[in-house]
Amino acid sequence: MFSYLPQTDKDIREMLDVIGVNSIDDLFRDIPAEILQKKELNIAPGLSEYDVYKRMKGLSEKNMQGISFMGCGSYDHIVPSVVGHVLQMPNFYTAYTPYQAEISQGILQSIFEFQTLICELTGMDVSNASLYDDHTAASEAITMAVNARKKADRILVSGTIHPHTRAVIDTFFSDIPVKIEEIATENYLTSLDALKESIDDSVAAVLIQTPNFYGWAEDLTGLADLVHEHKALLIISSNPMSLGVFKSQADWGADIAIGGTQPFGLSTYFGGPSVGYISTGTKLTRKMPGRIVGQTKDVDGKRAFVLTLQAREQHIKRERATSNICSNQALAAMGSGIYLSTIGWKGLQEAASQSFQKAHYLYKRLTEELGLTSQAGNDFFNEFTLLIPNAARVMEDMEAQGIYGGVNLLRFFPDLKDAVTIAVTEKRTKEEMDAYVDLMKRVL
Amino acid sequence: MSNKLIFELSSDGRTGYRFPDLDVPAAPLEESVSTSLLRNSKPELPEVSEVDIIRHYTSLAKRNFGVDAGFYPLGSCTMKYNPKINEDVGGFSGFTSIHPLQSEESVQGYLEMLYETIKSLSEITGMKWGTLQPYAGAHGEFTGMKLFKSYFKKKGDKKRTKILVPTSAHGTNPASARISGFQVEEITADERGLVSIENLKEHLSDEVAGIMLTNPNTLGLFEKDIIEIARLVHEAGGLLYYDGANMNAIMGKVRPGDMGFDVIHLNLHKTMSTPHGGGGPGAGPVFVSDRLIDFLPAPDVGKDGDRYYFDYDKPHTMGRVSGFYGNMAVLVRAYTYIITMGSDGLQKASEYAVLNANYLKEKLKTTYHLYYDTVCMHEFVLSAKKMKEEFGISALDIAKGLLDYGVHPPTIYFPLIVPEAMMIEPTETESKETLDSFVDAMLEIYKTAKENPEILHEAPLNTAVRRVDEVLAAKHPILKWKPE
Repeated sequence: MFSYLPQTDKDIREMLDVIGVNSIDDLFRDIPAEILQKKELNIAPGLSEYDVYKRMKGLSEKNMQGISFMGCGSYDHIVPSVVGHVLQMPNFYTAYTPYQAEISQGILQSIFEFQTLICELTGMDVSNASLYDDHTAASEAITMAVNARKKADRILVSGTIHPHTRAVIDTFFSDIPVKIEEIATENYLTSLDALKESIDDSVAAVLIQTPNFYGWAEDLTGLADLVHEHKALLIISSNPMSLGVFKSQADWGADIAIGGTQPFGLSTYFGGPSVGYISTGTKLTRKMPGRIVGQTKDVDGKRAFVLTLQAREQHIKRERATSNICSNQALAAMGSGIYLSTIGWKGLQEAASQSFQKAHYLYKRLTEELGLTSQAGNDFFNEFTLLIPNAARVMEDMEAQGIYGGVNLLRFFPDLKDAVTIAVTEKRTKEEMDAYVDLMKRVL
Repeated sequence: MSNKLIFELSSDGRTGYRFPDLDVPAAPLEESVSTSLLRNSKPELPEVSEVDIIRHYTSLAKRNFGVDAGFYPLGSCTMKYNPKINEDVGGFSGFTSIHPLQSEESVQGYLEMLYETIKSLSEITGMKWGTLQPYAGAHGEFTGMKLFKSYFKKKGDKKRTKILVPTSAHGTNPASARISGFQVEEITADERGLVSIENLKEHLSDEVAGIMLTNPNTLGLFEKDIIEIARLVHEAGGLLYYDGANMNAIMGKVRPGDMGFDVIHLNLHKTMSTPHGGGGPGAGPVFVSDRLIDFLPAPDVGKDGDRYYFDYDKPHTMGRVSGFYGNMAVLVRAYTYIITMGSDGLQKASEYAVLNANYLKEKLKTTYHLYYDTVCMHEFVLSAKKMKEEFGISALDIAKGLLDYGVHPPTIYFPLIVPEAMMIEPTETESKETLDSFVDAMLEIYKTAKENPEILHEAPLNTAVRRVDEVLAAKHPILKWKPE
C-alpha cells in the first residue's frame, strides 16, 4: 500500500530465507526487550497522495499572501522562470554532496561557478560553496578572524547589524573565550568615533553591516585603514543585491565578505532556505569553513572539478576542524548562481537600481505627502525606516487590506515601537506603491 | 559533451531575462545618495540567453548522478527516494511567498504545520518537545551541545567541560562539541564493535558533560548495552546526545527517548525523504527530554485552542541558532512525507531498510570481508583490506569500478576503525531486483580484482570525466574562473 516501498510478500519471504531468519522482527533482536516498541506510534496512519495534496494545499491556503513591503533580511524580488525549472532537474536535487567527482561534475561545476560569481560580486579572491545563512556566516567569519589572530580575543560588532545576526553570534560564542562587544551607534549608523575609542591590538575583527539593519547605508570610507592599523580583520556583511549599485566589500577594503543570497532567485519561503555566502582574500583560504570546489584534471588531462582543501574539514580534522559544517545550502546556492548567470551584470544593475529608485519614490511620497518622519534621514538602498504613530495598528489595518506595509521594529526593540522598516524591490509597481500611500493616508 | 563554464559561453550583449520597465520617475543615483557609496568596479558576470542557460544546466545535469538516476547505497546518508508529491507541495505559493516577519495571524498554516511536525517527530523519537530551527545535522549537534551548556550553567556546574565521543563517530560530533566550547575525549569500541563499557567507565567523571552516540552506530550495529550506558552516564551526572543520522533503522521499533537520551537531532534530508540537493539544504531539528525543555532556542511554537503562535517567552533559552525558523522548504517536504507514511508506513520503512541491508550483507559477506558478522540494522560495513593485500585493489578502486555499473558507490574509508571500509546503506525504497543487480556488480568487480586488477585501477572508464587529480587541486588551488 506504500508506493515508495517495493517489497512484495514473496520478496520478503525470499530475503528472510537468504538471511536465515524467520521474521523481520528477528532482525531487531539486538534491541533490548524493555525498550522495544510494543505499540504503533501515536501518529495518524498513512494517507493517499491525493489526501496528502488536499491537506497540504489547505494548510498553505491558511497562510495569507499580500503585496509585500517587508524586508529586514528577506526580500520579495522577481524570480525568473528558469531558476525553478533548473532546480527541479532530478540529477541535481536528488544528489548527495559530490564526494564521487566522476559522477558529480554537474554539481561541482555549478558550485565552482557560484564561487566565481560571489568573488566577482564581492571583489574578493576566494569563496566557499555556501553556509546556512547570513547570520551563521557572521559567526563563521568571526571564527576565521579569531583563528587568524591567535592572541586577539575581542570582536567589535556594530550596533546596527541585524539583531538576529547578533543573537546568533551571542549563542555561538557564549562558551568560548572570545569577547563580543558592541560598537555604539549614532543616528542609526555605526559611530566611527566610538570604534576609534575601543579598537586596539586586542581586537581580532570588526563586523559591520551595510546597508544596515534599518536600511541605512554605512559610509565606510577610511574604516579599513583604521581596522588594519590594529592588525584586526574587517568583516562586512551586505545584502548582495545592494552590490548592484553600491561598493563591494573589497572596494571598502574588507578582509572577509559575508551576506545572504536570498534576494538572488530564492523566494522568501517564511525565512528559509537562504544561503550564507563568505568570501575572503587568498591568504585566509585555508581558514575558511565548509566545502570548497577546485579545478583540476582527470587522468586523461580533461578539466574536472573536485571538493578540495578538505584537510580543513570535520571529516578529516574532527575536533580540530575550522568549522563543524557538513551539509550546506548547495541547491539554494545553485539557484542564486542560476539567477545571476541569467540576468548578468546588466540585469543585476537593473534589478538593484529599480529597487533603489522605487524605494526612493515611496520614501519621498511618504515623507513629503504624508509628513511621516524618517528615523534618520540617511542614505539608503531599497529599505528605510520611518516613524509612524501607532505603527502596530496601522500595519494591522494595512494588512487587512492585503498590503504588508513593512516590519514594525517593536518585535526587535521595545523602544522602537513606532519605527517601521519598509523595503521595496523591483517587483513592486508604481500602482502598488500609490495604493500603499492612499491606504496609509486612510488608516493613519 | 561540452563542459564549458557559463562564463565561457558569455557573449557581450546577450541577456537571459527582461525586467519590467521602470515605472516611477528616476533621478541619477548620485543625486539620491553620496557618491562615495556607489560602485565603480564591474564584476565579470556571464551574458547569456535563456536558451544558453537551459542548455548549460541540462548538460551539467547529465554529468551528475542522483537517486532518480539509480541505486545510491551511500552509507550513513540514507539516500532514499525523494517523493514527487513533496516537490509539488513545496512549490505551493501559500508556502513559498510568505515573509518570515508576517503577523502570526497571517501564517496560521505554517504555524500549524510546524506545531504538528514537532509533535509528530517528538512522538517518533520519544522525546518531549523540540525545535525545527537548525539547518542541518551538524547545526543540530551544535544546538544540542549548547543545550548541554545551558543545562549545566543553570545548575551552576562549571566543572563539566568534556564530551565523550566513540572512535567510530561521525566527524561532525567532535567538531560540534569543540566549537561549542567542550573538550573531546574518545572512547573505544570493544571486540563486538560496540561501545566498550569498561572504557566508558574509565572516562566518566564529574568533568564529563555527556556523551554523543549514534545508535545504531556507524558500523550499523545496535548498541545493545544502551540502557546500561545511559544509566552509567546519568549516574555520573552527565547527559546523552543522540546523533539521529541513523534514525532510519528504528522508526516505530525503538525510540531514543526510551533508550535514555536527553537530546537528539534528526536529519530530515535522510530519514524523512527530503532531497539532499547536492549537499543541502537539509534540516537538523532537535528534540529534548523533560529536563532540557526550558533551554530550547526561542521562539518555540505553541497552540492555544485553535490558534497557533510563536512563543518568545523563554527566560532560560540557549539563544537563537538561525536567522529565522529554519529551512522551511525542507520542513514542508518532511511533514508531507510524515503524513503520507503515517505510523504504519514509517515503521515499515525502517523494517524494510533493515531487511534490505541484511539481505545485501548476507549476499556479499562470503566474497567481501565483513568485520562484525552479526545481524545489522539499516547499514553494514565491508572491508577491502584483504583484497588490497591479495590483489592490490583498494576500497577506492572498488568504488570507482562501481561507477561503470551505473551505481553510486558506498561511503568509503568510514568509519575510521575499519581499514579500507565500505559502508553500505541500501534504504527501504530499493527493490530486491535492484539489490540483486548490485550484488552481481560487486561479485563481478571481485572477479575483475582477482583476474584483471589493472582494469579497476583504470576505472571508471565510462563517466563524464575519469579519476580526478585531487592532489593537484589541493596543491595548486584554482577556486574560481578567471578570464584568460
